[in-house]
Amino acid sequence: MSAVTPDQVHDDHHHHGPTGLMRWITTTNHKDIGTMYLIFSFIMFLSGGVMALTIRAELFQPGMQIVQPEFFNQLTTMHGLVMVFGAIMPAFVGFANWMLPLMIGASDMAFARMNNWSFWLLPVAAILLIGSFFVPGGATAAGWTLYAPLSVQMGMGMDLTIFAVHIMGISSIMGAINIVVTVLNMRAPGMTMMKMPLFCWTWLITAYLLIAVMPVLAGAVTMILTDRHFGTSFFNAAGGGDPVLYQHVFWFFGHPEVYIMILPAFGIVSEIIPTFARKPLFGYASMVYATASIAVLSFVVWAHHMFTTGMPAATQLFFMYATMLIAVPTGVKVFNWVATMWRGSMTFETPMLWATGFIFVFTMGGFTGLICAIAPIDIQVQDTYYVVAHFHYVLVAGSLFALFAGAYYWLPKWTGVMYSEFIGKLHFWCSIIFFNITFFPMHFLGLAGMPRRIPDYALQFADFNALASIGAFGFGLSQLIFIVAVVKCVRGEGKKAAASPWEDAQGLEWTVPSPAPHHTFEIPPVVK
Amino acid sequence: MSVLARFAVTALSAVPATGAWAEQSSVNLQTPVTSVATEIYDMHTLMMIICLVIFVAVFGVMFWSVFHHRKSKGAVAAHFHENTMVEIAWTVIPVLILLGMAWPATKTVISMKDTSNPDITIKATGYQWKWGYDYIKGEGEGIKFVSNMSTPQDQIQNRAAKGENYLLEVDNPMVVPVGKKVRILLTANDVIHAWWVPALGVKQDAIPGFIRDTWFRADQEGIFRGNCAELCGKDHGFMPIEVHVLSAEKYAAWVADQQGKLAATKEDPTKEWALADLVAKGEQVFAANCAACHQANGQGMPPAFPPLDGAAIATGDKAEQIKVVTQGRDGTAMAAFGKQLSATDLAAVITYTRNAWSNQTGEAIQPADITAVLN
Repeated sequence: MSAVTPDQVHDDHHHHGPTGLMRWITTTNHKDIGTMYLIFSFIMFLSGGVMALTIRAELFQPGMQIVQPEFFNQLTTMHGLVMVFGAIMPAFVGFANWMLPLMIGASDMAFARMNNWSFWLLPVAAILLIGSFFVPGGATAAGWTLYAPLSVQMGMGMDLTIFAVHIMGISSIMGAINIVVTVLNMRAPGMTMMKMPLFCWTWLITAYLLIAVMPVLAGAVTMILTDRHFGTSFFNAAGGGDPVLYQHVFWFFGHPEVYIMILPAFGIVSEIIPTFARKPLFGYASMVYATASIAVLSFVVWAHHMFTTGMPAATQLFFMYATMLIAVPTGVKVFNWVATMWRGSMTFETPMLWATGFIFVFTMGGFTGLICAIAPIDIQVQDTYYVVAHFHYVLVAGSLFALFAGAYYWLPKWTGVMYSEFIGKLHFWCSIIFFNITFFPMHFLGLAGMPRRIPDYALQFADFNALASIGAFGFGLSQLIFIVAVVKCVRGEGKKAAASPWEDAQGLEWTVPSPAPHHTFEIPPVVK
Repeated sequence: MSVLARFAVTALSAVPATGAWAEQSSVNLQTPVTSVATEIYDMHTLMMIICLVIFVAVFGVMFWSVFHHRKSKGAVAAHFHENTMVEIAWTVIPVLILLGMAWPATKTVISMKDTSNPDITIKATGYQWKWGYDYIKGEGEGIKFVSNMSTPQDQIQNRAAKGENYLLEVDNPMVVPVGKKVRILLTANDVIHAWWVPALGVKQDAIPGFIRDTWFRADQEGIFRGNCAELCGKDHGFMPIEVHVLSAEKYAAWVADQQGKLAATKEDPTKEWALADLVAKGEQVFAANCAACHQANGQGMPPAFPPLDGAAIATGDKAEQIKVVTQGRDGTAMAAFGKQLSATDLAAVITYTRNAWSNQTGEAIQPADITAVLN
C-alpha cells in the first residue's frame, strides 16, 4: 500500500499503486483529488445547466408549453441546489486541492485520507439529489432555500435532498478542516502568513466560514426532517413553533454561504491580475483585511433576505445598515484590482480577459446588491427577477467567471500543454455577451413587477423573457467550448507548456515543472 | 413567429421618446400611487444615479488603463503596490456616500412600519392558491369573500387567445376607498405567501399561525394588480391580487351592495337539501377549491395529490371524509377547509365527490352533518 504513504520518496517514472479505476478510488494525492473535484463539479454544472435551459424554454413565451407547474418548481429548486452545492462549491475545493499545496510549498494536503473521503462523499450526495427526480412525487419543489412549511409538505424527494445536504455538508466541513490545517501548518520555511498568495488567504477565511455555518444548515434541514416524520413542531405554529425561525436559521448559514462562494473567486482574480499587469498586487495587506471584514460582517446581515417577513423597524434598520457596510470592503477590493492594473504593462491572454470581465460584471452585481440592501427598495424587488438578476451577476459573472479565469490560468500547469488562445477567447466573448443578454433584462422584469419562481407570466413581460431565453441557450452552448479547450490540453494537442508559461507569474507553483509531477515539494522549498 | 416583431417593439419602447413609455414603463418600477411607493421610486432613482456615477468613475479608470497601459503599446510596469492615503480615502469616502443613502431609507422604513390609526382594516389570508379577504374594521366591516384567479385554463394552456390582464385578474377583487389609510393584516392557512401590489409599494409575507401587518393609502382611483411573491407550491404563479381603488361614493355603494348580497345569500345551516341540488352546488365548489390538485376528472396528480375517483376516502366512511376535508391532513397540501367554506359548501362538495365520476354512493351529506362535526 505504498500509494497511501505520502512521505515515501518516489521516483516519478516509477509510481507504485493501483491503476485504472482503483487509482482514482484509493488516491490520496491532492492533485488527483483536485482533478476529480473539478471534473465532478463540471458534470454538475452541466446538469444544473440543463435544468436552467428547461426553465428558460418554458419561460420563452407566456402560457404553459413544456413542463407542468409542479415540475417547473422542482427544476428551479434543483437548479439552485445543484449549482450551489454541486458545481460552484466543489469547483473551488478542487482549486484549493490542486493549488494550495503548490502555492505554500507543501507536499500534499494535511489529511490525505480524509481528503479522499471528503471527495467520494460528493458523488453519493449527487446521486441522492439527482435521483430524487425519479422517486414518487419527484424532487423537492420548495425552492433551494427549502422554506418551511412548504418543505414539510413535499414528498420523499425532500428526504433525499435532506440527506444529500447532510452528506455534502460533512464533505465540506472535512474539506475545510483540511484546508485550515494545511495552510496553518504546512507552509514552506520562510512562507509567513503575510507572504502567502492571496488565494491561500481567501481560502483560509472561507474554510473558517464553512466550518462555522455548514453545521447550522445541517441543523435547519434536520429540524425539517423531524417536523416531517417525527411529530416535532419547530416550524408549525399550531405546535408552538414558528415558520420564520427556519428562515433565520437558514440565512444564518445562507449569507456566509454567499461569501464562501465568492471569496475564493477574489483570491483567484488577485493571482491573475498582477501576473498579466506585470506589477505586484496593490494593497496586499488591505486585501487580507477586507476579506476578513467581509467574512465577519457576513454573520450579521442574514435577515436582509427576510425584509418582507415583517420585522420590527429597528431590526430592519440594523440589518440594512450592516448590509450596506459590506459595500466598503468589497469596494476596497475592486479599487485595489483597478490600482493593480493602473500603470501596469498589460496583456490580455484568456485568464486576464476572464478576470477583467469578472471585475466589470461582478461589480454590477455589487451595485444591485447595494440597491437591494436598502430595505424600502428591497420591499419592491424581493422575490422578483431583480433578485434573480442580482445573484446571477455575482454567482455566474462572479464565482463562475473567476473559476474559468483560474482554469485557463493553471491549465498549463495541470496538463503541461497550453490551451488554444483562440478557443479560450471565443469561450470568454461568447460567455460574457450571452450572459448579459440573459440576465440584464431580468433587472427590468423585476422592477416592472415579475415575481421569481413562476412558470408563467403576464403578457407585459413576454419580450424580455424571450430575450433572456435566447441568451440562456447561447450561454449554455458556449460552455461546451470549454470542454473542447480542456480536452485538447488533456490529449496533448497544443504547445508544450514551460514550468512558468506566463511572462511574469509569481508563486511557488511556477517553480515546479509542467505538468506538475505526481509528487511535488517532497523537500520543502525555502522562501526568502 | 411574432417574437421578432415583439423584439422590434421592445427595442423601440426602450427609447424614452416614443409614446410606448407614457403609460407603464417596462424597464422601471411601476408608477407609484401611494406616498411610500413614491418614496421608494425616488430612492431607487437616486441610488441608480449614485451607482452610475461611481460606475463611470471606476470603470472609466479601469478601461482607460486597459487601453493605454498595454504591453503592446510599450507600457512599462510601475512598481508601486501601496499608498496609505489613497487606501484610507477609498475606504472613508464610500462610508460617507453610504451614510447619505441610509438617511432617506431610514425615514421610509419608519413610515412603512407605521400602521397606526387606520381608517379601514382588512385581513388578507393566503391559501394554496387564492386570497381570502375579511373587512374587519371601518366602513365595510363584515364583508368577506375569497378571491380566485379568473384567467381561464384555456388561455394558460394556449387553447385560447390570452386576455389583456392574463394571470393578473381575479373574480372578486379587493375594493378600497381612495385617500383612506388601509391597514392589511396578513396571515396564511397553509404555507407562507406574500401579498404584493407594486403600485401600492406593499409587500408583506403572510405567515401561517402569525399575524403581520402593513398599510397603504392610495392617492388615486384605479385598478392595481400584483402577485403572490413567496413560493407557495404548485400554483404559486396563479394567485394574483387585484385592488380596486374607488371614490368614497362608489366605495359606499360597493359596501351596500356587498352587504345586501351577504344578507341575501345567508345560508340556513339546518336546511335539508336534495341530492341533485347538493351535487350541482358541489361541482362549483369543487372547481373553485379542489380541482387545482385533485383535478376536474377526479384523477388527482399522484402521488402528491391523490385521486378521488374510486378512492376509499370518497366512497367509504363519510365521517372520515368530513374529518379530512374540514381538518386537512398534516404534512400534505390538503388544507383544512372547515374555516374556509360554509357548512353548506362543505356538505355540497363532499356530496359531489361521493357522487361524481365512478363514485356513485347516492349519499347526500347535509350541512347539519358538517356542523355536528365542526362544533
